[in-house]
Amino acid sequence: MEKETRVLDEVTIRFAGDSGDGMQLTGGQFTNTSAAMGNDLSTLPDYPAEIRAPIGTTYGVSGFQIHFGATEINTPGDHCDILVAMNAASLKVNLRSLQENGIIIVNTDGFGDKNLKLAGYSQSPLADGSLTKYQLFQVDITKLTNLALADMNLPQKTIDKTKNFFALGMMYWMFNRTLDNTNQWIIDKFGKKPEMVEANSRVMKAGWNYAETTDVFAVKYDVKPAPLTPGKYRNINGNQAAALGLVAAAHQANLDLFLGTYPITPASDILHELATFKNFRVKTFQCEDEIAGITSAIGASFGGALAATTTSGPGLALKTEAMGLAVMVELPLVIINVQRGGPSTGLPTKTEQADLLQAIYGRNGESPIPVIAASTPSDCFTMAFEASRIALKYMTPVILLTDGYLGNGSEPWLLPQEKDLPSIAPKFRTNPENYLPYLRDDVTLSREWAIPGTIGLEHRIGGLEKQDKTGNINYEPENHDLMVKLRAAKVERIANDIPLAKVDGPESGDLLVVGWGGTYGTIKTAVERKLKEGKSVAHLHLKYINPLPKNVGEILSKYKYVLVPEINLGQLIKILREKFLIPAIGLNKVQGLPFRSIEIEEKIDSVLGGKL
Amino acid sequence: MSILVDEAVNQSLVSSVKYTSKDFSSDQDVRWCPGCGDYSVLAQVQRILPELNYPKEKIVFISGIGCSSRFPYYMDTYGFHGIHGRATAIASGLKIARPDLMVWVATGDGDGLSIGGNHMIHVLRRNIDLNILLFNNQIYGLTKGQYSPTSESGKITKSSPVGSVDMPFNPASLALGSGGTFVARSLDRDPKHMQTIIKRAAEHKGTSFVEIYQNCNVFNDGAFFQFTEKETKSDSVVFLEHGKPLVFGKDGDKGIKLDGFSPTVVSLKDGSHSTNDLLIHNEKDSTLAFILANMTYNEEMPRPVGIFLAVDRPRYEDEMEKQIDSAISKRGKGQLDKLLNGGDTWVIQ
Ligand code: SF4
Repeated sequence: MEKETRVLDEVTIRFAGDSGDGMQLTGGQFTNTSAAMGNDLSTLPDYPAEIRAPIGTTYGVSGFQIHFGATEINTPGDHCDILVAMNAASLKVNLRSLQENGIIIVNTDGFGDKNLKLAGYSQSPLADGSLTKYQLFQVDITKLTNLALADMNLPQKTIDKTKNFFALGMMYWMFNRTLDNTNQWIIDKFGKKPEMVEANSRVMKAGWNYAETTDVFAVKYDVKPAPLTPGKYRNINGNQAAALGLVAAAHQANLDLFLGTYPITPASDILHELATFKNFRVKTFQCEDEIAGITSAIGASFGGALAATTTSGPGLALKTEAMGLAVMVELPLVIINVQRGGPSTGLPTKTEQADLLQAIYGRNGESPIPVIAASTPSDCFTMAFEASRIALKYMTPVILLTDGYLGNGSEPWLLPQEKDLPSIAPKFRTNPENYLPYLRDDVTLSREWAIPGTIGLEHRIGGLEKQDKTGNINYEPENHDLMVKLRAAKVERIANDIPLAKVDGPESGDLLVVGWGGTYGTIKTAVERKLKEGKSVAHLHLKYINPLPKNVGEILSKYKYVLVPEINLGQLIKILREKFLIPAIGLNKVQGLPFRSIEIEEKIDSVLGGKL
Repeated sequence: MSILVDEAVNQSLVSSVKYTSKDFSSDQDVRWCPGCGDYSVLAQVQRILPELNYPKEKIVFISGIGCSSRFPYYMDTYGFHGIHGRATAIASGLKIARPDLMVWVATGDGDGLSIGGNHMIHVLRRNIDLNILLFNNQIYGLTKGQYSPTSESGKITKSSPVGSVDMPFNPASLALGSGGTFVARSLDRDPKHMQTIIKRAAEHKGTSFVEIYQNCNVFNDGAFFQFTEKETKSDSVVFLEHGKPLVFGKDGDKGIKLDGFSPTVVSLKDGSHSTNDLLIHNEKDSTLAFILANMTYNEEMPRPVGIFLAVDRPRYEDEMEKQIDSAISKRGKGQLDKLLNGGDTWVIQ
């Protein structure tokens, strides 16, 4: 029978199963194929917190969401349109994210008595009518996979490992995708084991054929390529992008990159990534703790490396004292905080934006540190590069805030070329004549970088208050006052060296939605929808928070209302209120989850409707 | 090293200048209390450095917080006065980034074994080539006299008015247990001995851990007098010398022999034993090092002073450089464009 094809603008699919079901791989393959076919997209994995949770339990469920389309895609999707659930637990956990009337494809073999019990179902949701508001497709993927491989004499364990390819094959059929990319990947991956190449390819094809030939699926969908800027792309997540940004900055600066760090979720992938770049002379030092992570980086910076440390919230807290040291000794240092749910250990695998005030203010004494934030996964590259540039030019620690959602989420990235990267040209002082460690550049107020090994520049630095210019220990009241002010002024001057803030939407009007960090895509989507409805609303997304771009005050003054959505109880809003004395309105949600565009849209409507 | 560092620094590891100890003293006034044992350590270090023939600009002193941590300010070398407990971590980062430097750490029993204990054990197991001078005065000096992790049990201080109930660390045993490759002890009031040990520490390839008994004449005066003063020293200290029998006492009238794994004191005077019966020190023997270090708080035994262990093991920073060299020889020097264009890419026309 000839099947119907419907054209869709955008779709969100969530692949969900047990940790061992290979859902990340399945989602990753679907992503790469869709990207190669020209869709814009955004993805978000949802890992279980437990490393090896018992099979079949709700806390062992692993998910992967991809939002792809023929138009610009800015978020991994509020809700999914299609849920692929490999067992009962994954249905239970993910049903709440499925759109009404959405499609559910289940592997019926994952809904046996034992699985139902583990998932906490008293009766099968497939049979009790609870799924009637969705389109339910039941496929015995396990059995069909076994049949496809019946003649191959493979161990049952191996066969079980291929069943995700059956699901992938079905989805490829449903969305008119080619199998070529994944077949190539299978060859690259399993080239040395021909039986694995054969098994995986065969099972994927079986899934495709099943969807094509049986009556189970009547409709297939077409999602045309998106009008993306021409060029070469790759899919990248925020942690990979941050790692590349650091390598690129060190390369441009002619410095070696040193990373001192301690593994912590969700930042460890930056370490993993950088550990593979040894041929760039990257040195990754996995330390005994967070404090050694940052202090070893400070030591490396003293020695003339581009030094970085990576962490997440609790780790940033541990680094606090050493950040003050870096402020005092005025050495370049990049600190990346991939934020997660807090306080304390909090929600290690969930996202949050609640470390902003900690980053800006959370140290003893007057301890100014520039703070910048990435707004999309690929923007982590730009901002890691930018953090390095500022650190080197202003001889200061710089904090880059990303979050778990950006770090793990991915999107297509238009590859930058080496020649297009901004220049970074740090210089070491070599002339011993009239050298004083705390002499400052007139424009940037930064001191010079004089590294051990340089003849005639022997000097001592440390955490005690310095005398202006000489850097000798000094406790005089006037000197301390001067030094406190100089350190603050140096950070403020960075405002002369960063791009002015730019508004998306009308330059004045009723409502400006101000965001920072990982909420970019969601706010953008919401504001664009409201603009289409003819509402007077605009979007300002701040990537530089300390100091703020010079025109922020002016921009804020051009709108009647300012709305600040944040995944915290209101942190940027405090700064905006304090600096600009405006009655900004907050939208705050702290569930360990990103905002949904709809939540922001509703708030926009209510503010514009006069309900503040 | 990076292009920029290469351009800035002296590439040579041998000094073209003949230094004297004066060349190593900075213009800063030394502010330790008069009579403090720290002065002696400073003097011995300044005396030994010229002998090492290492370019002065490639020598760095790093410290944490405490009286001893003022050390870098008094040395006319590069110096870094860090934060409490972190000297070894700062130094680790520097040495890994710059293996060409000779990096020293000046720390104390509080800085190095209490707040910085974690970094200390880890630097020792990694065997990063740092020379660690641990000034042990068995007290917190800078904070004005609280008991430290090496203070004897029962110590009466401002924070332990009826005596501390803490069991003290034995720094040498801790260093050995952490996998230290060079573990030694010396005395502030024995300049010659200290010079020998400091020189050996500097020459050792790997982490050198030198515990120095240092008198704090303000808050813990005389803590080590039994081991440093003439009247009692010879009976209370046994000097460890590689290849030599363990002899001590006035006129060398006593020795140490091994009874199973237990060292015991024997008389060389009463005819029962001769030096042939004695334990011969072997600084390459790690089991022996543990046995000797364990004599430390044993009232029956003299206090062991000298080099407990000096063995070779690959240095962390060398192994890291090797991995880098091998990556470069296998994959070629990193090219940024290639890196940015890596992974699965696709082209949108
Ligand atoms: S307090 Fe003790 S250790 Fe500190 S400088 Fe004075 S005598 Fe030396």
